Amino acid sequence: MMTMTYPRRTLARLCAATLFALAAGPAAWAQATPWHDIGRDATPAEVKAWDIDVRPDFKGLPKGSGSVSMGEEVWIGKCAACHGDFGESNEVFTPIVGGTTQADIERGRVKNLELGSTFPQKTTMMKVATVSTLWDYINRAMPWNAPKTLSTDEVYGVLAYILSLADVVPPDYVLSDQNIAEVQKRMPNRNGMVFHEPLWKVSGKGDVKNVACMKDCPVDSKVRSSLPDFARDAHGNIQEQNRVIGPIRGADTTQPPPSAPVGSAPPPKVTVVAAAPAGGGADAKALLGSNACTACHGINSKIVGPGFNEVLAKHQGKADLVPYLVGKIQSGGSGIYGAVPMPPQPQISEADARTIAEWIAGGAK
Amino acid sequence: MSKDLSDVIGRVLPAPENHLSAEQLEQARKARRRFMGKALAMGAGVAASAAATTRALAAGDEGEDVILRLPEHSTGLGQAVATDPYGKPSKWESNLQRRQSPGLTRVPQASVSFTPLQGLFGIITPSGLHFERHHQGWWDIDPSKHRLMINGMVQRERVFTMDDLMRLPSVSRIHFIECGANSAPEWGNVALPSVQYTHGMVSCSEFTGVLLSTLLEMCGYDKKKARYVLAEGADGSSMTRTIDIERAMDDCIVAWGMNGEMLRPENGYPLRLVVPGVQGVSWVKYLRRIEVGDQKWATKDEAVHYIDHMPDGTHRQYTGIQECKSVITTPSGGQMLLDKGYYNVTGLAWSGRGTIKRVDVSVDGGRNWRTARLEGPVLPKALTRFNIDWVWDGKPAVLQSRAIDSTGYVQPKINQLRAVRGTRSIYHQNAIQSWLVSENGEVSNVQVY
Repeated sequence: MMTMTYPRRTLARLCAATLFALAAGPAAWAQATPWHDIGRDATPAEVKAWDIDVRPDFKGLPKGSGSVSMGEEVWIGKCAACHGDFGESNEVFTPIVGGTTQADIERGRVKNLELGSTFPQKTTMMKVATVSTLWDYINRAMPWNAPKTLSTDEVYGVLAYILSLADVVPPDYVLSDQNIAEVQKRMPNRNGMVFHEPLWKVSGKGDVKNVACMKDCPVDSKVRSSLPDFARDAHGNIQEQNRVIGPIRGADTTQPPPSAPVGSAPPPKVTVVAAAPAGGGADAKALLGSNACTACHGINSKIVGPGFNEVLAKHQGKADLVPYLVGKIQSGGSGIYGAVPMPPQPQISEADARTIAEWIAGGAK
Repeated sequence: MSKDLSDVIGRVLPAPENHLSAEQLEQARKARRRFMGKALAMGAGVAASAAATTRALAAGDEGEDVILRLPEHSTGLGQAVATDPYGKPSKWESNLQRRQSPGLTRVPQASVSFTPLQGLFGIITPSGLHFERHHQGWWDIDPSKHRLMINGMVQRERVFTMDDLMRLPSVSRIHFIECGANSAPEWGNVALPSVQYTHGMVSCSEFTGVLLSTLLEMCGYDKKKARYVLAEGADGSSMTRTIDIERAMDDCIVAWGMNGEMLRPENGYPLRLVVPGVQGVSWVKYLRRIEVGDQKWATKDEAVHYIDHMPDGTHRQYTGIQECKSVITTPSGGQMLLDKGYYNVTGLAWSGRGTIKRVDVSVDGGRNWRTARLEGPVLPKALTRFNIDWVWDGKPAVLQSRAIDSTGYVQPKINQLRAVRGTRSIYHQNAIQSWLVSENGEVSNVQVY
């Protein structure tokens, strides 16, 4: 906590106090900021509990260390289900690792971000310039369904594992608060960020200029790009996303566009279709969505984990199928469908787990 | 008074139940139950109804049935007060909903739903239609257990309850909030069918709260050394964003109110930061902490996302200002003009740098422009509604709007944006939007420049 004094303000407050003591008037009205003492001081323990941010200069970084191999163990248990064994998975999130080279590490700029690159993704390791960013984010927001549950050393370990996958550190590395500044000097895109102040300051000037031409302006008026046919109803029937009254309706995008000029066909039928709520309700499919189960499990097919029908097929006829599945949902498991384990899902209540289990047992439809 | 009261319901009688016998009361109750049952049954199914544009009546036609034959709502008794203690929109309006863009994201907790701009009026977004962007799912937090901490380069590090905050002097101001990724999929080619998906990550509300400057003054922030503040959320993502101290001391609001009620849970109940003019990700929801510091934090959403990929392979970091932008909301993509003739072309304009000074509209793909009417109020860093008359001759037309803000900045064309920033960026796409009205009356999304 900083200590400093503000002579001018303190003086003003003293003066005010003296003045009103003399005048014996309605001091409550005259005090400049009578709300000044609302709230209370934070205790050191409270600040410690919440002040978890880590800056690029490593202010805020707690002491600790973690090896690549320890990090790998944590990774396989808690991270691989979404990010893939090697941080390369594009199934649930954009890949973390990939697209960087030894030459990038030397130069501090990632070649695959330059024009002409055919690398299909912009991975985290391609973009991130500051290693502190990764430490801070893993610590505050991961794992996805149980943020802030990794120990300090586990955060070091998981970060060391990611960095080793990108060849920033060797496979036997132990990352710690003591050597993280050295690691920063090997971040592949450490020289890849620029700061353009006018887009940060409200008072700045824009970097792209247009002029407000009003008449016979130089344009081509040619349609350079238009909505591809497949995109016409990719967002559902637009007719059902527009009001049923007014001068303009939604187009029925389940049908091809009308071929006749406007006004020659009868006006479209108007339909009110209430959209089904995306979540809420205790039915199984809503639970699958709200708990992100469908990020890893398809209904019929494997995404990261097995499809729900594949689970049913494997265990068909099991007498205690529902309780078995409740246990698997809540506690996780591994080795039955492949190497990637399913992490425990402690946020799912027993009742909700049962709803899902019964839905799977009942055919997963 | 009639002995048989079964048909009394529906007529106006002064406080009848006070004057009725027990037997008569029971009769009245039975009649009401029948009536309510019928009303509910009618309300249950909302199916299709015929289109209802005004058409000339055929010669000799006596008139329309909806006028000549009185409808039930003119001849029956309506529903009681507080039937729905928290009112909802008409069932006829249920097409206008927040919607997701299929395939845009893979996890529903880190996703987006878009505001149906195509059907909204004026400048205020109904709270239930305010766009959503969550980074790790939303919560409905018990406000009695929510705290705001201010720490770092301050004389006294403080904790505030909601009781404390709501006791402080407050302001109510109307501001737009736009996601930095609004219109993102169209840096390259056209990809989206309607304005809900091209521009629906912008909303505008009246926010109520205490100015952040008031809180920072109360804590005695270090006026010499403080250069930035960090805002942090209480949810799983604990979203963190760096804000310039000038910005923090200017018009940022630590807000609990939105459009006259408390914030909706999806929008950060009970407390969020309002950073006028700056992209929505900085408007940290479930705000739990403000730290005063002297360096930027390069948090995940300042170092991996919300950065602008430039043609030379660098990324611009900390480009938070939402520059001047506008879009015609009606007619817009996916809509259908029912006939030739007069239309009121309407849309929205906004700027993160100040007020909207002017909006011009073209119906010939940007060759000729006319200045639209701005509807009041025209407020700084708020959505501004514009309208302009148009008589459509039935020929193909390309509609565009172009906003100019109080700094004189003119909303750019997409090719002008690309000339500076390339096509591989995601964020801060504020180009002029083109809508093609085809001869069949259908409006579609195109690029013309």
